[in-house]
Amino acid sequence: MKIAAAFAVMLALALPAVAQEEAMPPLPHPGWSFDGVFGTYDRAALQRGFQIYSEVCSACHSMNLLHYGDLAALGYTDDEIKAIAAQKQVNDLDDQGNVVQRPARPADAFVAPYPNDKAARAAHNGALPPDLSLITKAREGGPDYVYGILTGFESAPANFKMQDGMSYNMHFPGHQIAMPQPLADNSVTFADGTQATLPQEAHDVVTFLQWAAEPKMEERKTTGAKVMLFLLVMTGLLYGAKRKIWADLHQHA
Amino acid sequence: MAEAKAQNKLVAWIDHRLPVFAYMKHELYEYPTPRNLSYWWNFGSLAGITLVIMILTGIILAMQYTPNTAMAFDSVERIMRDVRWGWLIRYIHMNGASFFFIVTYIHVFRGLYFGSYKYPRELLWMLGVVILLLMMATAFMGYVLPWGQMSFWGATVITNLFGAIPGIGNTIVTWLWGGFAVGNPTLNRFFSLHYLLPFIIVGVVMLHLLALHQHGSNNPLGIDRKGPQDSIPFHPYYTIKDTFGLSVYLLIFAAIVFYWPNLLGDPQNYIPANPLQTPPEIVPEWYLLPFYAILRSIPSKLIGVCAMFGSILTLFLLPWLDTSPVRSSFFRPVYKWVFWLLVIDVVLLGYVGAHRPEGFYIVLGRVCTLYYFVHFYVLFPLIGKFERPLPLPTSIAASVLAREGGGHAPQPAGVAERH
Repeated sequence: MKIAAAFAVMLALALPAVAQEEAMPPLPHPGWSFDGVFGTYDRAALQRGFQIYSEVCSACHSMNLLHYGDLAALGYTDDEIKAIAAQKQVNDLDDQGNVVQRPARPADAFVAPYPNDKAARAAHNGALPPDLSLITKAREGGPDYVYGILTGFESAPANFKMQDGMSYNMHFPGHQIAMPQPLADNSVTFADGTQATLPQEAHDVVTFLQWAAEPKMEERKTTGAKVMLFLLVMTGLLYGAKRKIWADLHQHA
Repeated sequence: MAEAKAQNKLVAWIDHRLPVFAYMKHELYEYPTPRNLSYWWNFGSLAGITLVIMILTGIILAMQYTPNTAMAFDSVERIMRDVRWGWLIRYIHMNGASFFFIVTYIHVFRGLYFGSYKYPRELLWMLGVVILLLMMATAFMGYVLPWGQMSFWGATVITNLFGAIPGIGNTIVTWLWGGFAVGNPTLNRFFSLHYLLPFIIVGVVMLHLLALHQHGSNNPLGIDRKGPQDSIPFHPYYTIKDTFGLSVYLLIFAAIVFYWPNLLGDPQNYIPANPLQTPPEIVPEWYLLPFYAILRSIPSKLIGVCAMFGSILTLFLLPWLDTSPVRSSFFRPVYKWVFWLLVIDVVLLGYVGAHRPEGFYIVLGRVCTLYYFVHFYVLFPLIGKFERPLPLPTSIAASVLAREGGGHAPQPAGVAERH
């Protein structure tokens, strides 16, 4: 019996050693404004991130779950949002039922770069650029992983066989990614004058993507703080009440 | 049961015709309960309250959710983004499933450790196993509803299990799907059943409580109550103890919901279902992993399916597999250690279930699967037969007082001569 127990314990201790996955460099941890229980979204980073999405990513990647009106959360005014939306054209019907194009309005969803997945694949050598609305929640590693991909492009090792049209990325599973390196130093000129280094750009666009995936995070955390405080006080009071009520059982008359 | 001596005339009027108040007074207020229940006895009420939380949040979610393969994923995201407090309701429901299983598993292991399945509580235990099975079916179908990658592929893998039935397997699978693959008819029926089954669980929970109140709770000593000095009324002693426990539980629950809501989920399920692309690994939710590991440990699909269902159905037989004359493991010098082997075994099975069945995981999975059945079918009967239990205390009150340093049992107000 004791031997069996000892065996089980040894087994449990030996597990992590055996559980080694394929060798991947550890993901970078740049540190995020939204980390931790009091973390919030850095508004300036969100706006810079949105600028990168609009000027670079949106050429290939859709964000179907977002509407232009949602950008109010980034600190844009109503007029700014109307102007941002109006840069895109959307299909609509006129009174005769003809399909017409009109400028997008704040209530419209983000206009996708391709009319459908087939068109997107046709333009990308068969690969489908994923929708980015939920990308930071849809990948193991979350924001760190997306940051790792954006900063993880390098030339393939000498003995590594690459397929045509693929790029080498140290953080992508299998290392061959269909996306060419999207960001480099000075890929954009930031409206607020921040220097556009690659780490800065990756950091800002990931902050924006995290907001897109989890737009209610700040509301969630502030509500959580109130709920936790309430529950802590209630738990303390209930503990006192329990002690008091049970006291007569424990007294020795 | 006596009619409640109600002060309120309306209450008295109703009670004379429909004794609901007398019933509640008898079952929730006076209900005599062993005075020595530990905090391990909190988990039954926690499971019941979690069931209520799940039903309430589920009803609200169903008002906004669309069970159609083209719209389901986006409708969940709409709840997360555009429905007021929708993110809260959805995160409570999503994590509530995990918490439901956490408290239920602790509740089950508590019953195992203290022999709560033994005479005269065999049916109480078996109704509990029925609840567990219904919970698993409900949780599995609920996980399919957001129509993410893991929803779709999990549904495909699990429904395909029925294909292992010789001869008619494929016909049954087609019938379950409502088509030739998991698709819109499957999603529709899973939604319908996911809404229905919780109310069936409520019904079985009521039977579970009825059986419980027939002989009352077991207790850490596993000995029967012998007189009023062994019991205390449920209210206020256990109402306050359960409420305090609930508050601690809600603290942990809230911490997950508000700060780590996706900790227990799989990132793959934030990718819309795609029948043309299999995810790198198909894993069920964590609470089903031990059973998934048993399934995959056996090379034959049919035997694997039988072993997986058998591992749960085995629990129905415990009252007859256990031959020990005493309930509580406190007084079982051998089994009190062997019990923990089962806990370790199930945890290891869960660990194996989360990994691809390759190399070491296959070996570990098979050892653990074998041990699971050996534990119940070999060790259970044998240990009960050969183990020499320690002497049992003469009464609950005597044991409680010995622990507290002697003296005679103080009587809680009004406890004597109930019934």
